[in-house]
Amino acid sequence: MSESMPTTPDAVRQTAAAADNRRRRKARPATNQWRRRGLMTAYIVFVLLPIYWLLNMSFQSNTEILGELTLWPENFTVEHYAKILTQSSWYMGYLNSIAYVVMNMLISIAVALPAAYAFSRYKFIGDKHLFFWLLTNLMAPPAVFLLPYFQLYYTVGLFDTHVAVALAHCLFNIPLAIWILEGFMSGVPKEIDETAFIDGYSFPKFFVKIFIPMISSGIGVTLFFLFMFSWVELLLASTLTSTDAQPIASVMTQTKGASGIDWGVLAAAGTLTILPGIVVVYFVRNHIAKGFALGRT
Amino acid sequence: MNKVYNNRAWWLILPMLILVAFSAVIPLMTVVNYSVQDVFDANTRFFTGTEWFKEMLNDPTLHAALARQFAFSLTVLAIEVPLGIGIALIMPKKGWQASAILILVTMPLLIPWNVVGSIWQIFTRGDIGLMGWGLRELGYGYNITASPVDAWATIILMDVWHWTPLIALLCYSGLRSIPDAYYQAARIDRASKWAVFRYIQLPKLTNVLVIGVLLRFMHSFMIYAEPFVLTGGGPGSSTTFLSQSLTTMAIGQQDLGPSAAFSLIYFLIILLVTWVFYTAIMNMQKDDNNKEA
Repeated sequence: MSESMPTTPDAVRQTAAAADNRRRRKARPATNQWRRRGLMTAYIVFVLLPIYWLLNMSFQSNTEILGELTLWPENFTVEHYAKILTQSSWYMGYLNSIAYVVMNMLISIAVALPAAYAFSRYKFIGDKHLFFWLLTNLMAPPAVFLLPYFQLYYTVGLFDTHVAVALAHCLFNIPLAIWILEGFMSGVPKEIDETAFIDGYSFPKFFVKIFIPMISSGIGVTLFFLFMFSWVELLLASTLTSTDAQPIASVMTQTKGASGIDWGVLAAAGTLTILPGIVVVYFVRNHIAKGFALGRT
Repeated sequence: MNKVYNNRAWWLILPMLILVAFSAVIPLMTVVNYSVQDVFDANTRFFTGTEWFKEMLNDPTLHAALARQFAFSLTVLAIEVPLGIGIALIMPKKGWQASAILILVTMPLLIPWNVVGSIWQIFTRGDIGLMGWGLRELGYGYNITASPVDAWATIILMDVWHWTPLIALLCYSGLRSIPDAYYQAARIDRASKWAVFRYIQLPKLTNVLVIGVLLRFMHSFMIYAEPFVLTGGGPGSSTTFLSQSLTTMAIGQQDLGPSAAFSLIYFLIILLVTWVFYTAIMNMQKDDNNKEA
């Protein structure tokens, strides 16, 4: 009985929407759709090809890599991965990287939450200048700070610790976190704060019990970005460490031996650095786009 | 949003301020300190005033690096912004394809920067890389260690691969915030595709595009690890950008004074650009507020 007239308002709306969809499909020629898909596929291939090549190489033995060029691993081997996962100098690199990234995420979000709240809710002396100053730190090239950082952390005895890297990454991660969080917080109506205070909530209780749950997706996205920028930054991380807290990036330079570069291990190590990112991005996939816009769309 | 004037908000800022100041102000002061002195060892140092700044501002290698830096930053912006907008326009909006493509597109952004360099090093090598090998098979004598043109093209291609996703994701989120009603109105008016883009989509994108251009400009302006791994700044110094010249000078040659002066000049350029963008963003927000009011 699909042709009978709809009776309820909902049904009317549905029928109208269905008709609209039919019209739209007719209006847009099929070739157009296919061109769209073709272009998208071409771009995805462009993105994936270098990564595929890395993956391909990580599963080949070194003799196969240096021999005839093969488009897929003909003698499939996991020897490079086995090497990385069994030698402590290799897997400690990953653990060190993860350790300082997590530390940095916790420190940054803890101090950025109240600061972002202040920026989104209050005017105070010097607020605009402070915000601009934060922004300049986001832009500060790590190369500028390389030498002073080295000396500073050496003097205070933090050199070659995870804390040193975590603190150094705060330089750009805290401003970034404040920027993103401020965007999300400004989306929460102020009446909520006022109602809570009238209801007798103290500020800390309101902040933890009411406010933070309201912007939880914003916090998730912020954490993702903190992870991302701390994970990909290596210039500071490798300068501030030598042996105990060496990040995976510096470990990877070990592949340059006397007999040339150990391509297989380099490829396998590279592949393994991509994995944490993919895991994290999977969890925030529905919010990334908004986060990239720093909550401002 | 109407903000309340309350100076007690400083207490909320304070922890952040201490941490960032520790990471930003103290090191910057060290740089300033070095830039006006000639340091021989821990105990011997001379005050030189602005001498290092004069020397650096007249240094031809610095000029060359700066020119290359601007050329690079502007080139990648000119390619990545239109390409990113284009990709955002053809990305599917719903269904599992949307999620899958979102994850795939984001992937290059999450790879550590030196690994990006390694990936492209492997990909473009003439003997073991698909692209290097393929171009040679096609009859082009592709060689990034000998030809500056090849090296430049490869670095730009690498940067496009690495960072176009950022612009694409920004624009994607901008496009998603356009209400369906706008498109319906455009359909009723029989607006052409170009008109829809020019008068509906592009205005909505300006906000995110300013952020995107800002982020892209500053990241490209401090690019270090990727070209360092891929070409090592060569052939010659044809792909040596500012960060790399600076690190060579500071760490490699231990010229503390000149490199500190160099750092400050570098930082001032970035500051200037940031200020321009900041003013643009603030004006945009003011406009938005006025519209709402």
